[in-house]
Amino acid sequence: MLDQWLFVGIFVSIAAVFPLLPLVMARFLAPRKPNRIKQETYECGIETVGDTWVQFKIQYYVYALVFLIFDIETVFLYPWAVSFDVLPLFAVFEGVLFILILAAGLFYAWRKGALEWS
Amino acid sequence: MTPIQLVFLFVAFATLWAAFMVVTRNNLVHAALFLVIALFGVAVLFVMLEAGFLAVIQVLVYIGAIAILMIFAVMLTRGDVDDIPDITNRYAGWVGLVAVLFFSSLVILMAQWPSFTALAKPILSSRDTIVELGTALVSPNGYVIPFEVASVMLLAALIGALVVARPRKGK
Amino acid sequence: MQIETALLIEWVVKSTILIFALLTGFAYTTFYERRLLALIQVRIGPNRTGPFGFLQPAADGLKLIFKEELIPANAYKFVFILAPILTVIPALIIMAVVPWGGAIELFGRQIALGLTDINVAILYLLSVASISVYGIVLAGWSSDNKYAMMGGLRSSAQMLSYELSLGLAFVVPILLAGSMSLNQIIEAQRGVWFIFYQPIAALVFYIAMLAEVNRAPFDMPEAEQELTAGYHTEYSGMKFSLFFMGEYMKMIAVSAIFATLFLGGYRGPFVDTYPLLGPLYLFLKVFLSLGLMIWIRATLPRLRYDRLMAFGWKILLPLSILNVFVTAVIIVVFGL
Repeated sequence: MLDQWLFVGIFVSIAAVFPLLPLVMARFLAPRKPNRIKQETYECGIETVGDTWVQFKIQYYVYALVFLIFDIETVFLYPWAVSFDVLPLFAVFEGVLFILILAAGLFYAWRKGALEWS
Repeated sequence: MTPIQLVFLFVAFATLWAAFMVVTRNNLVHAALFLVIALFGVAVLFVMLEAGFLAVIQVLVYIGAIAILMIFAVMLTRGDVDDIPDITNRYAGWVGLVAVLFFSSLVILMAQWPSFTALAKPILSSRDTIVELGTALVSPNGYVIPFEVASVMLLAALIGALVVARPRKGK
Repeated sequence: MQIETALLIEWVVKSTILIFALLTGFAYTTFYERRLLALIQVRIGPNRTGPFGFLQPAADGLKLIFKEELIPANAYKFVFILAPILTVIPALIIMAVVPWGGAIELFGRQIALGLTDINVAILYLLSVASISVYGIVLAGWSSDNKYAMMGGLRSSAQMLSYELSLGLAFVVPILLAGSMSLNQIIEAQRGVWFIFYQPIAALVFYIAMLAEVNRAPFDMPEAEQELTAGYHTEYSGMKFSLFFMGEYMKMIAVSAIFATLFLGGYRGPFVDTYPLLGPLYLFLKVFLSLGLMIWIRATLPRLRYDRLMAFGWKILLPLSILNVFVTAVIIVVFGL
């Protein structure tokens, strides 16, 4: 098994170097004549007003929070699904109960308006 | 020294270096990125212990969800992320001392614990380790109570998080 | 652990072949998309460069290399350059666990067609998909541009939301095959493809994967009417083409994963006798899936952002939870 992971490691290293090649190539081939106007923030020709880091909607954060919790819950389902056909009936329903609790969480978030975009 | 030990040393030092950078950077987003490197190093260490499941979970949950949540939080709240002139305060030296003392006493305690140097027992089964894990998670002799408690706890965490994060009505 | 040199060479050669296959695939997917869109809209499309326009991708690539790369004065330079690199890496490495065929005999060695076969392959796919958010978030953050910031936030929140449905859609093939290894999932589809057992899971998976690679009708970050070009507004030249490359490579990768999970992967008639047919079958299935993606882009208008999030959380996620639940119960009751 470690052999297989070593292979993943080799591939990841090759893949990490690969996107650098076009960047290096462009460094030598592309023209570079920066000036102040070119390097301004692009806002369709209008000068940008104020700070970019304005306060954004908190809803983005709420989605990420709910995502985190459901993500951890689904992770628990994977080993259960793999061993599904060797499990006794009782253990199968343990997993089904787990899914129901997951659904209850979704139902709660829904009713509380956490999934509402407004 | 075998190649695998060399890889281990490299990954371990990279992880520690990244962890050190997390607490010393002034820029919060840079600190979060170093945290990602540290977490990835831990995932590689899991792979080297032949715990592939834990390694992918480490990437999926810690890098793919928790670190993203932190970056979101930084992006959504602070105007200027690198405007913190000094991240130490006058207790920094004391805190460092306490940390060193705590760490060394932990090492001494752990070294006396007999199972610390024991090798892991091989799993006496011809089945895949994931199947073993899945069976253990939901079998009554295994971890079925922690498994179900975990799901209830996550539900509680969800409710708590929503109560805290949801904007109140009428304000 | 002793590794023979021959094995090491085999691995490096296979990695290089895969990367070049993806690179060629990327170039010709752009061409395929332009020609097919033109066909649907009763136009001709690019046909001047080389026979039938086949050299068009090469011409585009050459043009992009000679373009000036601008970095806005206020951008965080290091992260700004890092972001496109972080977009391409997951698009490449996600293919590491997808098998292209059975084993062939070459130079007296048994060579498996496919890079690796790990027992947590599906979770590997999901975790690589989850880290592909980084390129987009960081591009949006480092550009110091309001459009980029909005685009980055929107598309990362969208990817997170649809990732849950994707993860739950993955559970169903695992339930049917009893393994997380993609080779064993393909073996389990020797008789009937999983899309026939599980049309709902396949549908959820296909929709979620469209959202995951930010394709129409979920191409929110590139909603040009409201956000110009979203998170890559400030990018030009080769750095822009890296984003472009990442998007098309991801399209190919998710199509290959869809084919593997639901369409029998590299399996097809006579593949056991002639293992070299495997990559060909996989290519055909990926080709058809890409065609469907382009067709969808030509047909459906873009969703409004609040509806897009509502669709992900209120329709797709409950549907996929229900589907896992029903599948588990049916397997137990009917003892499949």
